[in-house]
Parts: sequence; structure tokens; C-alpha cells
Amino acid sequence: MSDTRNLFNRVWDNHVVRELASGQSQIFIGQHLIHEVTSPQAFQMLRDRGLKVMYPERTLATVDHIIPTQNQARPFADDLAEEMMSAIEKNCDEFGITLLDLKDHRQGVVHIVGPELGVTQPGMTIVCGDSHTSTHGAFGSIAMGIGTSQVAAVLATQTLPMSRPKVRRIEVNGELGPGVFAKDVALFIIRKLGVQGGVGYAYEYAGTVFDAMTMEERMTVCNMSIEGGARCGYVNPDQTTIDYIRGRPFAPQGAAFERAAEYWLSLASGPDAEYDDVVVFDAADIEPTVTWGINPGQSVGVNEEIGAVDSFPASERAGVREALDFMELQEHQPIKGLKIDVAFVGSCTNGRISDLREAARVAEGHRVADHVRALIVPGSQQVRQQAEEEGLDKIFEEAGFQWRAAGCSMCLAMNPDKLSGREICASSSNRNFKGRQGSPTGRTLLMSPAMVAAAAIAGEVVDVREIAAPVGV
Amino acid sequence: MKKIVQVTGPGIPLLLDDIDTDRIIPARYLRCVTFDGLGDHVFKDDREQHGDHVFDRDHHKDAKILIAGRNFGCGSSREHAPQALLRWGIEAIIAESFAEIFHGNCTALGIPCVHATPQQLKHIAAAVEADPSLHLTVCIETSTVTHGDTKHDCHIHEGTRTALVSGQWDYLGELLEGEPEIRATAGKLPYMTNFA
Repeated sequence: MSDTRNLFNRVWDNHVVRELASGQSQIFIGQHLIHEVTSPQAFQMLRDRGLKVMYPERTLATVDHIIPTQNQARPFADDLAEEMMSAIEKNCDEFGITLLDLKDHRQGVVHIVGPELGVTQPGMTIVCGDSHTSTHGAFGSIAMGIGTSQVAAVLATQTLPMSRPKVRRIEVNGELGPGVFAKDVALFIIRKLGVQGGVGYAYEYAGTVFDAMTMEERMTVCNMSIEGGARCGYVNPDQTTIDYIRGRPFAPQGAAFERAAEYWLSLASGPDAEYDDVVVFDAADIEPTVTWGINPGQSVGVNEEIGAVDSFPASERAGVREALDFMELQEHQPIKGLKIDVAFVGSCTNGRISDLREAARVAEGHRVADHVRALIVPGSQQVRQQAEEEGLDKIFEEAGFQWRAAGCSMCLAMNPDKLSGREICASSSNRNFKGRQGSPTGRTLLMSPAMVAAAAIAGEVVDVREIAAPVGV
Repeated sequence: MKKIVQVTGPGIPLLLDDIDTDRIIPARYLRCVTFDGLGDHVFKDDREQHGDHVFDRDHHKDAKILIAGRNFGCGSSREHAPQALLRWGIEAIIAESFAEIFHGNCTALGIPCVHATPQQLKHIAAAVEADPSLHLTVCIETSTVTHGDTKHDCHIHEGTRTALVSGQWDYLGELLEGEPEIRATAGKLPYMTNFA
């Protein structure tokens, strides 16, 4: 009998330690990633109970959320940030965990660092106290965000109690048009299936669009699974995956790599794999997309107008009205032409080298509009170095963008980079929630890095295809 | 282990959909190494922008049971969100649906997440608004919410319900008991030896 399990269920079955009294499964966690914000209380829980870390070599720590992207001299100007930095240094030292701190050239945003070091591999279970852990699913792993009590459990036992989710296959077939990027695919899926459409599901992304994507593009889509309510999303491993991992420092080397590659490919869902649900989209329907509201499902194609309240299902209308009110936008208003104050390229969604290349391609030879403050924040020190080797930093600076050090920066504004007052930010990040970018009344428009660069130059939301001739995906 | 079988107390209605954890506790309050004091900042920005927020109303100050809408707790995985609600005084949440990470965080803290229909939620919220001192009773064993003579049959995820009533929601001890099986599972995973 053939094995009709999809990748998710194969990987899940490999990691079941035992069934628990609650009916949940105790699941082994292959890789644990931690950062400074959601870990200090977890280490304290271990101390309070007199526990050790069971597999310290299976946890990797970095710092990203609170670190400044300009002046990184210690102690930080923010006492609270300094206290958190000191805490993770002390905790990692005491419990024997490797920490990529600011002095380590491998430091960066946790979901950028894991893949680029080869820590993230297919067939693993990967967790981190951060909802965008879904990023790592791009490799064909089960990767999901957890809370701090769960961080403590993983530190102490390398396991978590979990209930098996359902699996929905999302196929996107055809070819993306010029100027349409992985970010647009993610925003399109969330718009179609809703911000809670994925609750209870793991998403398997498939179809010719995903087959053709680079690993960095797959990471962008998987990253935003959680914005559609799915705790994890994945792409089946293929030759693109193998080629990406080969030679990375934490990856198996030599003959071991060949054994690993064979194993990884064997986990992929087969043609007769079974799913709880399947949805199919056509790439031709996806346009450069911009959010207009206060959740990532509230978006339109750049040449569309914002819908009338009555055009939404009755159960969503109160939320649509709240969003229009907060954003100071009207029904039927075109999103194109909306003036922006700030532009931000960065984050675990779109802070990789390919994102910076696309933004630089648009920026080259132009100037940031006088009224716009524009930041380019590489997702890791290695991304920053690569960009500088390619001269991208010069392109950005000559165009009037600020070139910053690696960190989460203005995605969530736990550091000095934030909006003020009612500013509107064109942002390559993942959330447009009220107050997300640091000002309680600040406003966020999510879009691809190329669209952010175009908006920075025009000073307003524009269709990137009218400014430059982007190569596209 | 503490068994959680029932929560009784006044309710507080917040029937909005898609309330994200940034709204429950803005990121600037995550610059901390303990969860102490987070209760003071729950819904901070909403409360400052809109006077008369339900969490500021004196007649709800003793509330223990939050009545919410659809997809409550979406977004960031921050456990600071349920920690802030708990420290403000919330011991149970009834909603149409919950974001999964938030739901897991609540269970790990012993906060029952109860699923109810929009009609049930409207009915419960109306009863609480009519009499804020009204005591609601969330019974975990039967997945019901009761006030006065009215009983609503609701839903609690089976694994969660069993974990709460058995005391296994505080799962660290149970997980640790599986150490031999943990090591056996690890031994079968090829990446644990880097495919040597």
C-alpha cells in the first residue's frame, strides 16, 4: 500500500514521543530558536523549578527585536533594552546555549539567521517564541511560534504537548506577472482565505508558482502563514531546497549531505498525498498588493479602489468601518496616490538579500521624496555585508535612503525605530495592526520591498511597474 | 497540580473581532524580563485613544470572565498578552474563536478558552451589560456558561478541557516524565547526529 501521508503528517509522525493523558501528543522539537524578548521569563521558570536545559545544543539564540539599528554601543541608551540584552547573555552563558550577539557576524533577525546558517533543515520540527517561526516551513519543516511557557518546556524537555492540525494544500498555478512578488502572493492568499481562515490548519503551499520560487521567496510566503491564521505553512523540499542548504555552516557536509538530501526529498508529499482541504488560485489574478486596513487581510491590488463597506460580508463590516476610521480612508478611495511619510524595507518577511536587490533596482538613479523618511534595514549582518559587497548600500544612500544595521527595526518598534503621531508608513513588514510600528496612532501599508522603494521615491503609493521595469519573480 | 474545573465571577464584554495581541499589550511593554506589572498596561493604546473603554469602567473592575469576538488574540505569539489579562484579573475567556498560539498560551496559564456562537455571545454580553455584577459560571467539565437560569452549551477543545480538569495544563512535569521516550525518539531522528 502506498504512503499517502503528506509531508506534514510524515514529519509529525517521526516526532511523536508518546500520547499524553490529555489526548495531545508529546512532540519532539528538533530545533529551538530563541531571542531576547520572549525568553527571559522562560529561563526564570527553569530556575524556579531547578531544571536544566535537556539538549542545549538544539537551541540557538540571537538578538534582534530590541537592538538599535544605529548606535549599537553598549550599554544601550534604553535601560530596559540593556537589561534584556544582559539577561539573554547571562541566561545563555548559565545554561550552555550558543548566542549570536552583536559582536558575532552571524547575528540577525532570528528567522533570517536560521536559514542562512543552515540550521533550518527539512523534516525538522522547529519552534521559537515568535509567531513568524512559520518562515522556516519554506524548507519542508514543521515550524511554529510558541509562547514563553512553551519556551520553558522546550528548554527543559525538548518537547511540547500538541494536537495534530488539519492540512490544507494551497496551489497557485501559472506565472506571476512582472512586478508581482512573493509578498503579493502572501497578501493575496490572506485576502482570499481571511485572517482566521487558517486556524486549525497547517498550510502546504504548492503549484507551479511555488515550484519556481527561490528559497527566499518561499520564506516570505511561509512567514505570513500566521497572518492568515495558520500556525505553520510549508513548501515541500525539492532541488531548490537542497541547492540552498548545500555548503551552509550548520548543514551536514560531504557524504552526510548526500544522505541528508535523499532523506529530505523522501519526506515530500507524493502525487497521491491526502489533504483535509485543497484550494487553487491562478497567478494571473495576483497584482502588486497594498493593505489599506488594520489587519493583513484588508488589502487591494494597487490599481483597485477600497471596497464599499456593504461589499463585505455582514460579519466583517464593523471591522471594515473601524479600519477605515483609523486609517482615515474612504469607501471607493483608490489606494494609489495615498501620500506616505515613512518607508521601511526590512523584517523577517522581506529583509533578505533578494529583497534588498529588488528595492535597490527600483531606487537606483532616483531620489527619495523630500517629505519621506526611508530606512533600509538588512535582516542580518551577513545580508548587510553581502549587500555592501554588491554596492547596494551606495545605491540606497545616493537615493536618500538610510542604511542601517541588522535588526527587527520598525516592524514592531521595540527599539528606537518607530513612527510618530499619525504618520503613514509604506512597509515591507508583516503586520498593519493599530500601533504596531510604535506610534499608537501610526498607520501601516504593507507591500513588497519594490513597492516600498517606489512609494519612497514618489512620496505616495504608486504601481512599481510605472516607475521601474522590475524583473519580477 | 491545580485542577481547573470552574470559573465564576462577573463578566466584561468586548465583542470585537480580530483583536490582536499588539492591541492587548503594545510591544513597548514587552521590554521587560518578568511579567510583573503587565496588568496595568492591558489594552493601553485603546484605552488612551477611546475614553470609556470597558477595562476602565468602574463597574467592570472586578470582572473575571472576558467575552470577546472572533479570532481573539491573533498576531504575535507574545505570552505577555494572556499574562497581562490574567494580571488584570481575567480568569476565563469566552469568544467565537481564538488564534491558536494565544489559545495555547492561555491553556499553559490555566485560563480556559471557551468557544461560543455569536448569538450566545450577544446574549451573555447583553446580560452582563444589563447587570455588571451578574456572576457568570464557566464550567470546564461540561463546557457550559451559566448565568441566572440560563445555561449555554459551549465548546472547549477536548485536549484543553481534559488538561484543565485533570490539572495537566501545567504540563512540564508530565513532559519530563517522558524522558526515556524523549531520548529514544531523538535517537531515531537522523539530523540529531547531522546524518553521520
